[in-house]
Amino acid sequence: MIAIVDYDTGNVGSVFNMIRKAGGTPVITRDPTILRQADKLVLPGVGAFDEAMGNLEKFGLIEILNDLVIDRRKPVLGVCLGAQLMAQESEEGNKPGLGWLDAKLVRFRPAEGLTLRVPHMGWNMVEPQSEGGGIFDDVTRPMRFYFVHSYYMVANDPSIVLARSTYGSEFTSAMAQKNILSMQFHPEKSHKYGLQVYRNFVERFEAC
Amino acid sequence: MLKARIIPCLLLKGRGLYKTVKFSEPKYVGDPVNAVKIFNEKEVDELLVLDIMATAEKREPNFELIGDIAGECFMPLAYGGGVSSIEQIRRLQRVGVEKVSLNSAAFHNRDLVKEACSTFGTSSIVATIDVKKSFFGKYEVWINGGKSNTKEDPVRYAEQLASLGVGEILVNSIDRDGTMAGLDTNLLKAIVGAVDTPVIACGGAGNLGHLREGISCGVNAIAAGSMFVFHGKHKAVLINYPSALQLEEIQLESAR
Repeated sequence: MIAIVDYDTGNVGSVFNMIRKAGGTPVITRDPTILRQADKLVLPGVGAFDEAMGNLEKFGLIEILNDLVIDRRKPVLGVCLGAQLMAQESEEGNKPGLGWLDAKLVRFRPAEGLTLRVPHMGWNMVEPQSEGGGIFDDVTRPMRFYFVHSYYMVANDPSIVLARSTYGSEFTSAMAQKNILSMQFHPEKSHKYGLQVYRNFVERFEAC
Repeated sequence: MLKARIIPCLLLKGRGLYKTVKFSEPKYVGDPVNAVKIFNEKEVDELLVLDIMATAEKREPNFELIGDIAGECFMPLAYGGGVSSIEQIRRLQRVGVEKVSLNSAAFHNRDLVKEACSTFGTSSIVATIDVKKSFFGKYEVWINGGKSNTKEDPVRYAEQLASLGVGEILVNSIDRDGTMAGLDTNLLKAIVGAVDTPVIACGGAGNLGHLREGISCGVNAIAAGSMFVFHGKHKAVLINYPSALQLEEIQLESAR
C-alpha cells in the first residue's frame, strides 16, 4: 500500500489515479496508523512553501514523517512542492523545510538582458545524472515531464543530484538520497514517462 | 524557450461531449471518457474540459463525471464551468483536476479569485475571458456562457485578473468559436502585450498554420476544439492531434 500524504496542499487525486494505473494500491491519508502501515509514501504538493509547512505542522505530520523517513527509512517520493519541502529552506518562505536533503530553493531569475517567464510551466526534458535506485529504468528516452514551478532546487551536496533540466540555464530537477526521492516535475501528469516512474517506484524502488 | 502547449478543449453538456459554433449549435461528438483515453494515447500536452451548461443551469460542476475523466487523464487537466467557491475548487483537486478556470464567478467576485490564488497557488488558477466584438467592432467581455454582455474591455479586465495573481488567462473568442477560420490575432496581441501572465488562446484554430500564427502572437498555449475532434470538410467526428514532429516544426517556424 502506498500512502499519499494528505495535508490539504495539492493534487492528491492525480497522484492517486496514476499509482492505481501503475499497479499500486494508493490511499490518501493523514492517519498516523495508516502512514506507519504503508510500504511507501508520496508527498505531493501544489502551492506556497510556508502554507504547506504550516499544514504539515497543523496536522501533526512533521514528527511522524521524520520518524518514518529518517529513522525507519521508508521509501518516499516528493513531487513538486512536496519535493521542495524536503530541502532545508526556500527563498519563497520563512519557515524551515523538513531538511531531509542538503539543498535549498532559489527563484528563477532571467540572465541579464533576457526575459524568462515565471513560472516555468510546460513540458521539458529531464536528463538523469545518477542511477537513483532504478527509478528511471525503462522510461522512454529522451524523457519529457510536465513542470510547473517558480523556485528550483540547488543541491549543496552534488552527490544527491538525480536529474537536471534547462530553463534559462541548467538546474537540478530531481534529487535522490538513500530512501528519499525528490522530483520537481509531475510524473503523475507526464503520460508514459511518468507512468513508468510510478511503476518503478511501486515495484522496485527501495533505496539508492 | 519552452514549447507553446497545444491543448484540446472539450465541451461538456450533460454527460456528453459537444462542439459549438459561436457558443451555440452544440453538436454531439462522443463520450468524454472515451475521448480522453484517445487523447491520452496521443500524448497531448494538456487537456481543457469546460462544462458549458453548469453556470446557465445554476448548478455545481458534475464532480462524479469530472472524476471519471480525471481518472483517465495522465496529463495536466484544467476544468471550468459552474465554479464559484473555494470548496468546489478543493473538491475538483481531490478528484484529480490540476487547474481550475474561473469565468462568470471571477467577474462578479474578485475576492474569490484572490482567495483561490492564495489557497491553491497561482499555477492552479486560470481566469477565462469570453470575448465578442460589438456591432461597432469593439471587443467586449461576455459572461454566463456568452449570454450576458458586461461591456467590459477585455484588455483592462485581463490586467485586473493578472494583478489578482491568476496563473494563466484563457482568452476565448466567441466570434471565432467553432469556425476554424483562424485565431483572433489582434485580440491576442493586445492582451499578451498588456500582461506578463501566460495567455492561452482559444477560438478559431483550424489547422497547423493557425497554431503557428497564434504562437507568433506570444501566447504560451493554444486551445482548440473543432480542430481536434473533426476531420474533413463535412466535419466527420475523428479525434486527432498533431504528431510531435509537426508540433516541433510549427514552433520552429513561428520563432523565425
